[in-house]
Amino acid sequence: MGLTRKSTGIYTFLEEFHTDSSGYQAIIALAGNPNTGKSTVFNGLTGLNQHTGNWPGKTVTLAKGFYQHKGKQIALVDLPGTYSLLAQSVEEQVARDFICFGEPDAVVVVTDATCLERNLNLTLQIMEITSQVVMCLNLMDEAKRKNIHIDHEKLAKLLGIPIVPTAARSKEGLSALKDAIDQTVSGGKRLRPKTVCYDQELETTLAELTSDFSSTFSSRINSRWLALRLLDSDFTMVKQILRYINKTGNNLPSSSEEGLDL
Amino acid sequence: MNIMSTDRLITKIRMLRERIGPNLRDRVVSSIYQHAEKISRNVVQKNEFKQDLDICIDNIATSRIFGLPLMLLLLSGILWLTITGANYPSQLLAKLFFGIEDQLTVFFRFLNAPDWLHGLLVLGIYRTLAWVVSVMLPPMAIFFPLFTFCEDLGYLPRVAFNLDHFFKKAGAHGKQVLTMCMGFGCNAAGVIACRIIESPRERLIAILTNNFVPCNGRFPTLFAMAAIFIGTLVNNSHNLTASLFVTGVIILGIMITLLVSWILSKSLLKGIPSSFTLELPPYRLPKIGSLLVRSVIDRTIFVLIRAVIVAIPAGAFTWIFANIHVGGITLIDLFASWLQDFGRLIGLDGYIIVAFILGLPANEIVLPILIMSYLSQGAMLELDSITALRDLLLSNGWTWLTALNMSLFSLLHFPCATTLLTIHKETQSTKWSLLAALIPTGVAIIVCFLITQVAHFFKLV
Repeated sequence: MGLTRKSTGIYTFLEEFHTDSSGYQAIIALAGNPNTGKSTVFNGLTGLNQHTGNWPGKTVTLAKGFYQHKGKQIALVDLPGTYSLLAQSVEEQVARDFICFGEPDAVVVVTDATCLERNLNLTLQIMEITSQVVMCLNLMDEAKRKNIHIDHEKLAKLLGIPIVPTAARSKEGLSALKDAIDQTVSGGKRLRPKTVCYDQELETTLAELTSDFSSTFSSRINSRWLALRLLDSDFTMVKQILRYINKTGNNLPSSSEEGLDL
Repeated sequence: MNIMSTDRLITKIRMLRERIGPNLRDRVVSSIYQHAEKISRNVVQKNEFKQDLDICIDNIATSRIFGLPLMLLLLSGILWLTITGANYPSQLLAKLFFGIEDQLTVFFRFLNAPDWLHGLLVLGIYRTLAWVVSVMLPPMAIFFPLFTFCEDLGYLPRVAFNLDHFFKKAGAHGKQVLTMCMGFGCNAAGVIACRIIESPRERLIAILTNNFVPCNGRFPTLFAMAAIFIGTLVNNSHNLTASLFVTGVIILGIMITLLVSWILSKSLLKGIPSSFTLELPPYRLPKIGSLLVRSVIDRTIFVLIRAVIVAIPAGAFTWIFANIHVGGITLIDLFASWLQDFGRLIGLDGYIIVAFILGLPANEIVLPILIMSYLSQGAMLELDSITALRDLLLSNGWTWLTALNMSLFSLLHFPCATTLLTIHKETQSTKWSLLAALIPTGVAIIVCFLITQVAHFFKLV
C-alpha cells in the first residue's frame, strides 16, 4: 500500500509546468487550509474558462491556471488544502514540495477570517520556508456576519507580510490581491516576515547548524527552515536532502526515482 | 559540498539532536501554535456569546482531569439507559413472537404439513428471526438515537481529542478514535472511515484493529450476557451491574486496540505517529425530530433488515444442520464434538465455537444459532423470556465464566464477512485481509484461555 513519490505526480507536474510553452512571467502558489475558499479565489483570479489542468495523483489534485495583470502573464497553482506542512500526509508533502522546489515567485496563503488562529499555523510555517508570502484574508463576509472583527493592518505589521481582505464569493478584494501579488513578485518592497521564535536552546542549536552550512551552499531554500527539518527528519531523509542539495543546487529534482522525503 | 562534508554534517546533526532531545517536533508545533494564538488574540475581536459557551464546555469536556471520567460516565450512562430501557420491550416482543410461533405450529398441523417443513420454516427460519428482532430491536432503538445525539452534538471529535495521547503512545493516529466510533455502528463502516487517516501505515493499523470495538451486531450478545449472567450476580442493582459490565468490556476492547496498535507499530508497521490538526466543531443542539428519523430509519431499521436477511438463510441452514443425522448423531453435534475440547480450553464449548463459525456472515446471528443448536438437542423449552434463556444455557453447563468468555470472544474474534470484504477492498491485499481475521482471533483465543485457566486455577468456578 506504499504511496511512492511518483504517485503524487508532483515531479511530472513540475516538469511539464516548466516546459509549458505558454510564456508567463511568474508562478504563484495558492496554499491554505481546506475549506477556506481557496478554489473560489483560484477561479476568481483565473476566470472559470481559463486553461486549467487538473493533476490527479492518488488523493491529490494540483490545478493550474493563468491570469493577466498589468500586462504580465501570471501562472497560478492551486495546492491541496492542508492544516500544516509538518505531518506526513500526501497532501502536505505535495504542498510543501511545491513551495520548496516548485520555485514559486510568491505563495498566496488563503485564510479563513472566521477562524484566523488555526489558519495562522499554516501561514507561519510557510513564512519559515519563503519570505515571498501574501495573505489573502478570505471569508470576510462570513466573519462580518458572525460579528468577528479583524484588525488586518495590525496583523500585517505583526506578521511582516502584505494582507488583503477578500470575499472571494462576491469577488471583493480580488483586484487588490492581484496588485499585492504583483508588488511582491516585482520586488517593489523587500518583505521581512516575522517568523516564530523557538525556545533558547533550540534557537542556539539552529544558529549553530545554519552557520555551518549556509556558507557551504547557497540554496534558495531558507537555511533556518532547512536546519529545522534536518534536525527533525530521520537519517535516510537527511541523506536524501543533502544528496539533493549536492546534486541540484537550485534546480528541480532531476528524477522522480530520487525520493525526496523531507 | 562533497561527500566528506556531508558525512561531517550528519555527525554534527546527530550530536545536536542528542542535545535537544527527542521531542523537537512537539516543541516546534507548540511554539508555532502559541505564536499563532498570541497574534490572533491581538488582532481578532469576537462578539460571539455562543462560541464562549463552547469554550467553557470544552474546558471541562476535554480537560485532563475531567475529560476521561466524563467520557466513561457518559458511556456507562448510555449503556444503562439502553439495558434498562430495552428489558421490558424485549420481553414483550419475545412473548408476542413466540405466541405467534404457537399459532403457526397449530396452523401447520391444521394443514397437515410434513414435519420437516414445519421444522425448517417455523423452528428454523421463524424462530431465528423472532430472536434476532426481539433481542436486537429494543436495545438498538434506544442506543442508536442516543449515540446519534452525541454525534450531532459534536462530542465525538472531543473523544478523539481526549484519547489522542494514548493513541500517539501506541504509535497510532489520533483520528483512529473517530473510525472506532464509526465501528460502534458497524465495523465495515468503521473500516471505510479509516480513509480519513492519510498515512498508509496508521490507516492499516486502524483497519486491522477496528474490529475490537463491538459493532451493533455484537452489542445484543453483550447485553444478553450482561443481563442473564453478570447482572444477576448482584441482586439489587441488576441493570447497573450489567451496564458497568458492558462498559468494562468496551474499555477492554479499547485497551486491546491500543496494545495491538502498539505491537503493530513496533513490528509489522514500524513508524512514528504523524501529528494532525483536529477541528473541534461548535456544539450544536441536535434537532430531535430529524435525529430520531435518521437514527431509527438509517441505522436501526437498516441494521435490523440486514440481520433479518442474513438470519433467514442462517436459520434454515442451522435447522438443516441440526437435523441431518450422520451415524446416529446430527451434523451440528458432530462438529460440536470435534470442537468440544478446544472450546473447553478457552472456557466455551463446541456449540459456541460452531455458532461463531456459522455466524461469520453476520455477528447478529451467533446467539440465535447457538440457541437453536442447544434447542435441537431435544430440550423442548418455551423460550419466551430471558429466564427461559438463562435456564436453557444453565442446562447446557453454562456458568458466569462461560458468559464472560462468550462476551470476550464476541468482542475480540474475527470480523464478519462484510467487514473482511470491505478490508480487502480498502487494502487491496489478501495478506492484510487475512491478518485482519487472524490477529483478532488469536487475541480472542489467548484472552479467553488465560481467563479460563486463571479461574480454574483459583477454583472460582
